[in-house]
Amino acid sequence: MSDVQTRPLIAPAPSLPAMPAIEPAPAERRAPSLLRRLPTSRVAMVGLALVLFWIAVASLAPVLPVPSPTAHDYAAIGHPGPGARHWLGVDPLGRDTLARVVWGARTVLAVAPAAVLAAYVVGCAMGLLAGYYRGWVDVVVSRVSDVILSFPVVVLYVILIANIGPSAMNIVVAAVLSSAPAIARIVRGLVMSLMHQDFVAAAELRRESDLYIMLVELLPNCRGPLITDFCLRLGYVTIAIGTLGFLGLGLPPPTPDWGGMVKQGTAMLTVYPGMSLYPAFALVSLVLGFNLLADGLTELSMSD
Amino acid sequence: MPLLSIENLSVEYRTSAGRSVVISDFSLAIEQGESFGLVGESGCGKSTLLMAIMGYLGRNGAVTRGRILFEGRDLVGLSDAELRQVRGSRIAVVYQEPSAALNPSLTIGRQLMEVPLLRAGTTVADARAQVVRMLGDVHLPHPDSVMRRYPHQVSGGQKQRVVLAMALLANPALLLLDEPTTGLDVTVAATVLDLVNELRQKYRTALVYVSHNLGVIAQVCDQIGVMYAGEMVESAPAASLFASPRHPYTRGLIASLPALGADKHSAPLIPIPGSVPSPMAARRGCAFAPRCVDARAGQCDIGAIAIRPAAPDHLVRCVRFAELAPPVASDAFVADAQQDGEVVLEADQLSRVFKVGRLRLVANDALNFEARRGRVLAIVGESGSGKSTFARILAGLDAATSGSLRFRGADVATQPVRRRNAAQVAAIQMVFQNPDGTLNPSHRVGRPLARALRRFGVARGRRAIDARVRALLEMVRLHPAVQHSLPRQLSGGQKQRIAIARAFAGNPELLIADEPVSSLDVSVQAAVVNLLLGIQASHGTTMLFISHDLVLVRYLADEVVVMYLGRVMECGPVQALFSPPYHPYTEALLSAVPLLDPSAGRARIRLEGEIPSPLNPPPGCRFAGRCPRKVGAVCDTVPPPAREAGDGHLIFCHISLDELRRVPPVFGDAAAAVVGAPTTASSRTDTH
Repeated sequence: MSDVQTRPLIAPAPSLPAMPAIEPAPAERRAPSLLRRLPTSRVAMVGLALVLFWIAVASLAPVLPVPSPTAHDYAAIGHPGPGARHWLGVDPLGRDTLARVVWGARTVLAVAPAAVLAAYVVGCAMGLLAGYYRGWVDVVVSRVSDVILSFPVVVLYVILIANIGPSAMNIVVAAVLSSAPAIARIVRGLVMSLMHQDFVAAAELRRESDLYIMLVELLPNCRGPLITDFCLRLGYVTIAIGTLGFLGLGLPPPTPDWGGMVKQGTAMLTVYPGMSLYPAFALVSLVLGFNLLADGLTELSMSD
Repeated sequence: MPLLSIENLSVEYRTSAGRSVVISDFSLAIEQGESFGLVGESGCGKSTLLMAIMGYLGRNGAVTRGRILFEGRDLVGLSDAELRQVRGSRIAVVYQEPSAALNPSLTIGRQLMEVPLLRAGTTVADARAQVVRMLGDVHLPHPDSVMRRYPHQVSGGQKQRVVLAMALLANPALLLLDEPTTGLDVTVAATVLDLVNELRQKYRTALVYVSHNLGVIAQVCDQIGVMYAGEMVESAPAASLFASPRHPYTRGLIASLPALGADKHSAPLIPIPGSVPSPMAARRGCAFAPRCVDARAGQCDIGAIAIRPAAPDHLVRCVRFAELAPPVASDAFVADAQQDGEVVLEADQLSRVFKVGRLRLVANDALNFEARRGRVLAIVGESGSGKSTFARILAGLDAATSGSLRFRGADVATQPVRRRNAAQVAAIQMVFQNPDGTLNPSHRVGRPLARALRRFGVARGRRAIDARVRALLEMVRLHPAVQHSLPRQLSGGQKQRIAIARAFAGNPELLIADEPVSSLDVSVQAAVVNLLLGIQASHGTTMLFISHDLVLVRYLADEVVVMYLGRVMECGPVQALFSPPYHPYTEALLSAVPLLDPSAGRARIRLEGEIPSPLNPPPGCRFAGRCPRKVGAVCDTVPPPAREAGDGHLIFCHISLDELRRVPPVFGDAAAAVVGAPTTASSRTDTH
């Protein structure tokens, strides 16, 4: 292509009378991206506030004026209700409930996003491959997904954790296994409809690699539905972590874990309901935050 | 008293970004049985006007001024119950998309019978009889069987007939039609237009017909109003509007269409620069002034402009109309292509067969033709004729199942893009039909240009690439800053120009243009066609132009291939194709073109039905099933012979050349008449 530089781009002669004048670049005409419009949705803002509250609590845990979550105050075991020394009381082992709720936020907010992110990496890869290549790749991915999705989520978690042992890493592994197929399905569907668009054909006409088309042309256009799903899924995984804790399959003690706290409190539920209720409230408010955020995002993307 | 009289109507929408005036100071009067056409680009408020008449403006829209008097009664401010009564029995609407008007889960008969049952409270037997009669009136064969079918079991053209029948069953005094033929193939659209005309005579219904297509409007309307930016800018009887348009916008619309019989060597298309202003934009004086070559500061931009009579019953909203000279034809603008360029592309027995279960879908069947360097080869035919399949094989997005396709000596028929070398890929590039899908919505528009330059090794290094991107944008007459915009910020025409720049980034030898302008407004279409032709001629690029629009093809092509159901029906130089002898299919396509001057006498043949399924095609002529000049059983059983009409003009037909030569020319002496170019998908993007 050596003649490229010498050939004039604009024809001098034949284009004179009817060529349109050069048009100026347009100004931003439509509303900006989803995330930048977030403040216009009240639902989303309430959800965001709840989530941000717990993020603040979790990150400020070391400097908040609460006792150590693993210190035992044996004197308080006899009167575990709320008091001046322990605002929300103590658990049956004499550990401060408030401290454990605060530090428990740290646990859940570290594990849940990590688990969802990992699930997204795996799920997007599966969905992109299935939607892009179709054929036997799609058959394998879809059938494996079907099998995994046909288990009740809790049963799946219990089987997995019971077999590989409770730890933060294993919770992540379990979340990936149970969430990735659902994410893959969403991505696969989006990719299949995007594949008909001409910009994909245009990329093929530049001889782009499959990987480029999947990651650069297709994946960014899946982001709308995926952002919403990400928030919802954070809620699901938070619930799952709580459930595992409640079943005794959560993080190994003495790590503060909301689900485990609810479980410990159940023995004294009738006398000192706070032991179970405070961590339960914490769990509910965080999940509610994620769900409201997801609802708000859906609402915003509908009003587009 | 007129049937419908709109007086100084203004309609506004409230949006999060503020108030937008969609229709302002709009007046119109329609008598009993009259047909009024409303024409204008998309976004001019045509559909909104229909919505206002029907009282469907939605929660954020309102009539802020004026009256809509229907049979002497003001429709503005009627209660929902009163409106429902008017809508059901006195005014009916037919929309562009017939499938959206029919309930997919009810049989057609049941839906149609609801109209007399609910409106007039007739008995079931009476309702059935009425529906059968009406289905006969809209020329649906076997009404009884149609009534038992569900909407998805009839074709698009038939669906539109069903919707027309449904609208007429209520025996309305006024029928509103919103682009009812826009999504249909030309031959089908022509029969629907015939039907609208026939029903109008029969039922004495008044029509308001909205379309962006001047030719279609000319077929059905006595009185025409041109709308621009929510205003009526010109209104006149059809004949005088097309004979002596007075408003610069009307003149611009007509000038942007190719004249029938004109070609790129004789006259340019004259686009209207710019685009329809946003209804949010503040304006002073004439709304069209920013796009008007005749606008004068101090005259056109000082105050609101009233609509004034230019002649009895010819109204114009322009302060300068009296001073404006009638438009003069400009000079030729594309030089003649070299006549004997080398053959760069040669299809030989090229076929593409899809396997659908045990059935064979023959999308391309033994195609033979060639394209010469620097010339424009057009492929025409209705949708489903296999034009796009051929384009995809040529581009390497699909592979042929047999035959060869030689490009510069190498057979590319079974070579998808991945198996072609870089030079071959850069040499064949494509501009796609749909401007909305052609650019990745997540990428700034400069990105595909830069990427193509890098992939094809045209430029290396950021500065070289950046300079080249700017040059490409300048070539398609866009400002360099456009490269930082997202596709959604661009208009359809601008997106197509980016697509053209992208296709030319690798200096292709062959450009495939697959209906590149069919979804654009006519004024924009002219600009894009000019641009394509200008760049193509200056680069010496061979262009394969796929289209269903014969007038446009007549204008820009050097050679033409007419396809039907995957087969070539006729091919040859463009002049030869547009005069007898014709293949009967070409003749039918030409007959279906909506002319601006309906009085121009022309021989017409109409096709029955629609393009059939290409599954397991019959052994004889593909067109036999619909051919109005079918000879006999031989057409069904024996493939037609190639008849050489001289100068490379081939007709595949059982009828002898002598007999085909006796067919009168379709356009007769109307060659000077202007033609409305039909476009497929018009956008109904009036602001809501």
